[in-house]
Amino acid sequence: MSDDPIRVVLAKLGFDGHDRGIKVVARILRDAGMEVIYLGLRQSYANVVNAVEQEDADAVGLSMHNASHLTLAPKMVEALAAADLDVPVIVGGIIPDEDVQPLADKGVAAILGPGASAEEVAAAVRSAVAQRAG
Amino acid sequence: MSIRDLPIPDLFERAVEGDRRALGRLLTHIERENEHAAPIAELAHPLAGTGHVVGITGAPGSGKSTLTGQLVKLLGELGLRAAVLAVDPSSPLTGGAILGDRVRMEDVASPETFIRSMATRGHQGGLALAVPGVVRVLNACGYNPVLIETVGVGQVEVDVAGTADTTVVVATPGMGDGVQANKAGLLELADLFVVNKADRPGANDVRRDLDLMLDLSHATGQDQRTGLRPEIIMTSALTGEGAPEMWEAIERHRAAITANGQLEQRRRDRDVVEVRNRLLVAAERRVDELLSAESHADLLDRVAARSVAPATASSEIAQQLH
Ligand SMILES: Nc1nc2c(ncn2[C@@H]2O[C@H](COP(=O)(O)OP(=O)(O)O)[C@@H](O)[C@H]2O)c(=O)[nH]1
Ligand SMILES: [Mg+2]
Repeated sequence: MSDDPIRVVLAKLGFDGHDRGIKVVARILRDAGMEVIYLGLRQSYANVVNAVEQEDADAVGLSMHNASHLTLAPKMVEALAAADLDVPVIVGGIIPDEDVQPLADKGVAAILGPGASAEEVAAAVRSAVAQRAG
Repeated sequence: MSIRDLPIPDLFERAVEGDRRALGRLLTHIERENEHAAPIAELAHPLAGTGHVVGITGAPGSGKSTLTGQLVKLLGELGLRAAVLAVDPSSPLTGGAILGDRVRMEDVASPETFIRSMATRGHQGGLALAVPGVVRVLNACGYNPVLIETVGVGQVEVDVAGTADTTVVVATPGMGDGVQANKAGLLELADLFVVNKADRPGANDVRRDLDLMLDLSHATGQDQRTGLRPEIIMTSALTGEGAPEMWEAIERHRAAITANGQLEQRRRDRDVVEVRNRLLVAAERRVDELLSAESHADLLDRVAARSVAPATASSEIAQQLH
């Protein structure tokens, strides 16, 4: 059954405004053969949890472009765990180097900087999903 | 225990009791047509079949998702538990898809609404198998009505209209939609027309065009199957204006086809069509198996070498078709 497409819920949390980055990621994942459940901007944790449940998603992708990633991303991980949903959270955006380890420690499965290539983005999602499933 | 490891009957029981995660998982099995799909259908079938299934179709951008969100909101206020199945095309090149309907629906509908996005994939037997399967499980879990959103292109609509009790075709001003709908064969599928974006100029022209087209396409303006003339409703999905009228028209359609026996007939036909579609898929699989069998390689080579005609080869192979 491994040729079933990976389903990714893609969202931007909180009030951070533009959607250029997240749209680019959506197309990258689609072109890598994945099904992207696109939630867009200004999402709450509850919205993302709802979508993961109803869509039976394999992963959550968060696009972050402000300084709040250090609190928002770990809270998303917690909200999913609280709902008993075992799906990896992958964060993309402008994340300073010194924040990478703290995010990983709090359960973020992968972190992608703005310089990541399409192949790297897709590979990070694939391997995060494979690790959970295995 | 992780929900992924639960036995199917337990998963099903949980879903019926309202566990949305369990329901989400069941729908994945159905969509994948994997080994769990048939046992799930067996459990769901006796509980399903009475819910109202509404298809909502039309061009991309016509406002189907926004309108569906408004409808779901309204239905919630009426005390009904609606679910949405939103179908979008997969990329034929990569098999991937961007499923963006939740964005517009969540603008209006409550976060508790059950919304499932589905890509057309390379489903064997098309969506003709997956869609009724998903609707059956949603129905069995107490969702009624089930609203199915699809983009108005070709076979997908035909498959979905086959699953719906009431098919709504959404048109908008400024796109020559009446003509488009006619070309795409959507006119024949429509039980009801909605002219959305009625806040925009030209909405009344669309209404008039549709009216005219109905006059031309049926001598009496009435649908041959139902004896009904499709109503035309004006909506503005951004504000929700017209959504109550739309729902009332959907209910009138249902009442009419219930009264004249069409609903029962449609449902019976639909079940037979589903059995037929499944048989066709199974037959196709068997044919492919036979064709790739080592024992027929020689025969197929002779067809290629023009010493055996295709018709002769196929009747020879057909003898093993059982
Ligand atoms: N002016 C106007 N815009 C609308 C209306 N309904 C939807 N829209 C807009 O049309 C665009 C497409 O809507 P969407 O629901 O995604 O259409 P879909 O592709 O048919 O599902 C969005 O920007 C909506 O906000 C309406 O009644 N009036
Ligand atoms: Mg839509």
